[in-house]
Amino acid sequence: MSRDLRNPLARARGLGSAKEGVSHWMLQRVTGLGLVFLTVWFVVTVLGLMHSDYATARATLAKPWNAVLLAALLITTFRHAVLGLQVVIEDYVHTRWLEVASLVLIKFIAVLAALAGVLAVLRVALGS
Amino acid sequence: MAQTGRPLSPHIQVYKWQVQMVTSILHRATGIVLAVGSLLLVWGLAAIAAGPEAFATFTDCAGSPLGMIVLVGWTLAFFYHLANGIRHLVQDTGVGYSIPAFVRSSWLSIIVSIVLTVAVWAYVLAGGHA
Repeated sequence: MSRDLRNPLARARGLGSAKEGVSHWMLQRVTGLGLVFLTVWFVVTVLGLMHSDYATARATLAKPWNAVLLAALLITTFRHAVLGLQVVIEDYVHTRWLEVASLVLIKFIAVLAALAGVLAVLRVALGS
Repeated sequence: MAQTGRPLSPHIQVYKWQVQMVTSILHRATGIVLAVGSLLLVWGLAAIAAGPEAFATFTDCAGSPLGMIVLVGWTLAFFYHLANGIRHLVQDTGVGYSIPAFVRSSWLSIIVSIVLTVAVWAYVLAGGHA
């Protein structure tokens, strides 16, 4: 005899699909596809800058398209990284408080790093 | 765990080594490496924004023996994650799931990442003259 007088459907309601179960999976793929192009562009650009001096590196970064693509690279990279690290933590960290703490921590670090990176790009691009 | 006497899966001691499980594990491992490495990218950008002295400190660290080892490891992790990531995106369209195709594409990810890493570092060590 169940002590809960609510029927099974009432108990399940609100605990199941919120119609967004696929969003993590999809965003991992979309950011991944974006990163295919952004990272290859970045590697080619950095290789072209090899052995160049500070002024050249700064001038390259200051070009509008480079600044835009670099900001896009930073935001996409850290979004993609959080999605990936989240799955690894969920799979391997079995102590619940440690799991939740790690999940929050990677989000804090990723947001701060993305903001710091974008700010650096903007400082150079806007010439301050 | 209940002692049923039945074999567990994956039963590591008797599990046959397969390239597919290595590519799967490597994709996660290189993903973690790249996530940490992205913080170094932020350091480099912040150094450019901060000025010539900060940038010199950054390039000195990057050019030191330890820095070079990190960069080579980063390059290999990057090209592996890129190649295997593209492989996963292709497989997400539903193709390449037969066992021979799966094994072939797994090896392709590994070989392509090594070839690209060697090519990039040959270019770097040649002083940027291809």
